[in-house]
Amino acid sequence: MFHAGCDIGSMTAKAVIIENSTIIAEAVIPTMIKPAESAEAVMAAALEKASLSIDSLASVTGTGYGSEKIPFADTVISEISCHAAGAFAANPDVRMIIDIGGQDAKAIRIDKEGAVVRYLYNDKCASGTGRFLEIMAEAMDVPIEEMAFMEKKSKEELSISNQCVIFAETEVVSLLNEGKAVPDVIKALHNAMAKRVASLARGVEVESQVVMSGGVARNGGVFRALGEALKVDLKQLDNVNPQVTGAYGAALLGSR
Amino acid sequence: MSITAGCDVGSLTAKAVIMEKGRILASAVIRSRARPEEASREVMDLALKEAALSINELEGITRTGYGRGRMPFEGKEISEITCHGRGARWLLPSVKTLIDIGGQDCKAIKLKSDGSIDRFITNDKCASGTGRFLDVMAKVLGVPVEDLATCSERADHPVTFSSSCAVWAQADVIRLLNEGHGVDDIGAGINNAMAARVAVLLNSIGLDGDICITGGVAKNLGVAKALETQLGCRVKKIRKADPQLAGAIGAALLAEERLK
Repeated sequence: MFHAGCDIGSMTAKAVIIENSTIIAEAVIPTMIKPAESAEAVMAAALEKASLSIDSLASVTGTGYGSEKIPFADTVISEISCHAAGAFAANPDVRMIIDIGGQDAKAIRIDKEGAVVRYLYNDKCASGTGRFLEIMAEAMDVPIEEMAFMEKKSKEELSISNQCVIFAETEVVSLLNEGKAVPDVIKALHNAMAKRVASLARGVEVESQVVMSGGVARNGGVFRALGEALKVDLKQLDNVNPQVTGAYGAALLGSR
Repeated sequence: MSITAGCDVGSLTAKAVIMEKGRILASAVIRSRARPEEASREVMDLALKEAALSINELEGITRTGYGRGRMPFEGKEISEITCHGRGARWLLPSVKTLIDIGGQDCKAIKLKSDGSIDRFITNDKCASGTGRFLDVMAKVLGVPVEDLATCSERADHPVTFSSSCAVWAQADVIRLLNEGHGVDDIGAGINNAMAARVAVLLNSIGLDGDICITGGVAKNLGVAKALETQLGCRVKKIRKADPQLAGAIGAALLAEERLK
């Protein structure tokens, strides 16, 4: 039996198709003007990869910021529950999920059965969200996908004292004007971002295993910095693209 | 004669005030330079010129603000908090609670009955609720920041921002303009969002007695009125002198007190 999950976020839309709890197809696209359009497009992309039609799906579960607008969803479940379910299914040792999305961040604690125990959610402050990285990438004129790679070339340890996006951007411009190297600034930015996220995480008490989910998890620099900031051995999700964790969890919850 | 001066160098503006026996003889405000040494020299020279005095005729100088450690003239360094508290007392003798909104930070200060500092809370981590918020928002709105205040007067239906974060609010402004909302309605919404963040800080320290705003943003009456609405009580207007000079005034007064 095939089940699907559709996660409509503020910046990207994700769809996952599972068969017996295993992901057989997934798709990620930038969001379009209307959540309904994003949902149609990303679902179509995933279905094509799986060589299935929408009628072959036993259930479609929606989640995310635009979830209420998914025309073909049977049910809608909170992102918190979906991210927890997706991460726990990928790795049952997970007790904490830190999800960093395009415009928000969540710290979720789960118990040994995978049930959500506590969570904290930031959608008010841009710091510690994907937007922080976008704005900095623009300020430095660096493609955002290259930031993690460029960090590896860092030689000088710099510190960016501000976590606020507005103030940090000014600091970045100053550092670059002083002649500081871009890789050094990027590493310092990843550290600053990680500090903000770590503050959120500590609000729900950190417990191993800790994993990251969401698009930003694919940034190895932030991943490295967050592990250091939390002083934990941060793990990647086994065999699951962290960006589709929510959609995967939605599909799983819909199948139960 | 007991002529003293106060020099307050902040991240965005530098202020100098020359006083004698509790009266302002001269004052100056300039945009800060990259180096506090230059900003303090320049603003002091302007004030001295206005007072037709040379620096040697000053009997005492107090240095305050972010740049207080780097001024090219002698003077005692005193914290901004203490100077603002003293200056606010001079500007409004009945003040008990003040909010100093600077270019890049915001401080809520509670005074004791003798005018000394009881307690204070500072926000220098989040741009929201600081002068920076207004600068950023005015820019994206396409309005000089000095004109933001009047938007509140002319607005029919001020917009509501879902978050006070300058990053989200900027994106909202662009969307609102595209949707056809008027500049005044958006400008009023900006003042309200600013006031909301400032109110959080004030409520943290607890409202007590007469309240006033110091710092450059005090001159934005749109923010001041919005703050009154959000706090549910009057915010006293400062009329005696430019509220942006509060720190420098306090600094000059403290220098005068040291002469006794």
